[in-house]
Amino acid sequence: MARVKFLCDADRCIECNACVTACKNEHEVPWGINRRRVVTINDGKPGERSVSMACMHCTDAPCAAVCPVSCFYTTADGVVLHSKDLCIGCGYCFYACPFGAPQYPKVGNFGSRGKMDKCTYCAGGPEADSSPAEYAKYGANRLAEGKLPICAEMCSTKSLLAGDGAIIAEIYKERVMKRGYGSGMWGWKTAYADSPTG
Amino acid sequence: MPSSLSHLRALCAAIALLFVFAHPAAAQLTFKPTAEAVQEDKLLNALKEGDKITGRISIPDTMASSLIQPAGRDWRDFQRSKLPIIGGVAILGMIALLAIFLMVRGRIRVDHGFSGTKILRFASFERFTHWLTASCFVVLALSGLNISFGRVLIMPLFGAQAFATMSGWAKIAHDYLAFPFMLGLAIMFLIWIKDNIPGKLDWQWIKQGGGILPNGKHPPAKRFNAGQKGIFWIVIIGGVLMSVSGWFMLFPYLPANVTALQFWTVIHAVIAMLFIAVMLAHIYIGSVGMEGAFDAMGTGEVDLNWAKEHHALWVAEEQAKGRAPSKDGTHAVAAE
Repeated sequence: MARVKFLCDADRCIECNACVTACKNEHEVPWGINRRRVVTINDGKPGERSVSMACMHCTDAPCAAVCPVSCFYTTADGVVLHSKDLCIGCGYCFYACPFGAPQYPKVGNFGSRGKMDKCTYCAGGPEADSSPAEYAKYGANRLAEGKLPICAEMCSTKSLLAGDGAIIAEIYKERVMKRGYGSGMWGWKTAYADSPTG
Repeated sequence: MPSSLSHLRALCAAIALLFVFAHPAAAQLTFKPTAEAVQEDKLLNALKEGDKITGRISIPDTMASSLIQPAGRDWRDFQRSKLPIIGGVAILGMIALLAIFLMVRGRIRVDHGFSGTKILRFASFERFTHWLTASCFVVLALSGLNISFGRVLIMPLFGAQAFATMSGWAKIAHDYLAFPFMLGLAIMFLIWIKDNIPGKLDWQWIKQGGGILPNGKHPPAKRFNAGQKGIFWIVIIGGVLMSVSGWFMLFPYLPANVTALQFWTVIHAVIAMLFIAVMLAHIYIGSVGMEGAFDAMGTGEVDLNWAKEHHALWVAEEQAKGRAPSKDGTHAVAAE
């Protein structure tokens, strides 16, 4: 079974934010929630790089480790998903997440932040694949249709890669070899430190 | 239109010349696009403890500008490994201590027996404030412990769905009862501070073991002895720390900074564990541990002999003011 991952080749990212927009559109993500975002490091200085970041679907995910109600689970493909039926909106996953992936729909009313929302790798949630209930809570389930996440699929510079971790890592390494430079596989060390290949 | 074309050609040539003369000079100064590009490795290695890689974003959520925060791992480690030890040692340790104390010292009796005469120790408003704060505290403590340990201790008993439903309600209770708790805390501070200023008597009380360890000896105390003053200040200081740290968790967009939120959650959790442990001792000595003590917060009236043994100076003051029964047992009724 493939172990799917995201990889953002920051030397190719042109900060067009199309991945962000496509994600919001595909899943009808509410206002205020961004499952994916583009962060520009050293903005305006020579050598600035933009990185498109969402949930990295970590190995031994920190969110799953700290969740007080154990609402997270990892699919056979290595995608980290969660159940909004179990989530109590405590915010613990946000504190533990290295990538700021967990988002909350409500702002500042006595801490009732509502059910956490995050990138699903376009793989929905615990409900039946592609059911209306699943779509309402988690958005489209492209993986069930045999498609990859929309953000990577429509990236105009093919900066954002999604798919089998081993294959996208190979593609990135070939690019680095060919052009002679690369700013790194952003987040990989933090997300998959214990298993560089898995 | 040959003339306009030639104009355009001349303009292009002029612009090209401009680039030829002006650009190379600037380019040769500094810019090496690949060599100076941001490197993730370098940024990660340069990070200090608890720091994060941040950048600029084009969305309003300022917290989203944090790209990678490895400190999340330390926070996870605290939650899953350190906090169970801190909480376990503090709470189970205190229960064990109290059990040993009960076995060794037994229930602290009123040495001279009950006199049958009562003296008013806490007025109704004081008792209301105490129980307002206390009842909130109990719910806050249980729902808080559920967040930290429920997944391990309770979830296996009821299953994930029932446990999540219960935890959802517990979290709402935790969020909303925080406010009456803070109110109770503020009132307690205002009404009891005047009797809780540390003094010389307290030092004597501590040196003599508080009248709890040795049988039959009771160092004199005013309205509150050093032990009670200690509880008062632990409640006030602990309560303020819990309130401040909890406030940021209730309104996470106030600090709008994941590092600050991690800090406050750790403070909240550690203080909570110690607070609960101390309150267990407070509950013990106010109920099982000491005969006659519960009446103070129950009916508000304690037995005169209990009061004389534990708060001799306070009884004398009350008698002098005519608000307490005198030595011969006649009951002085309050004028109001």
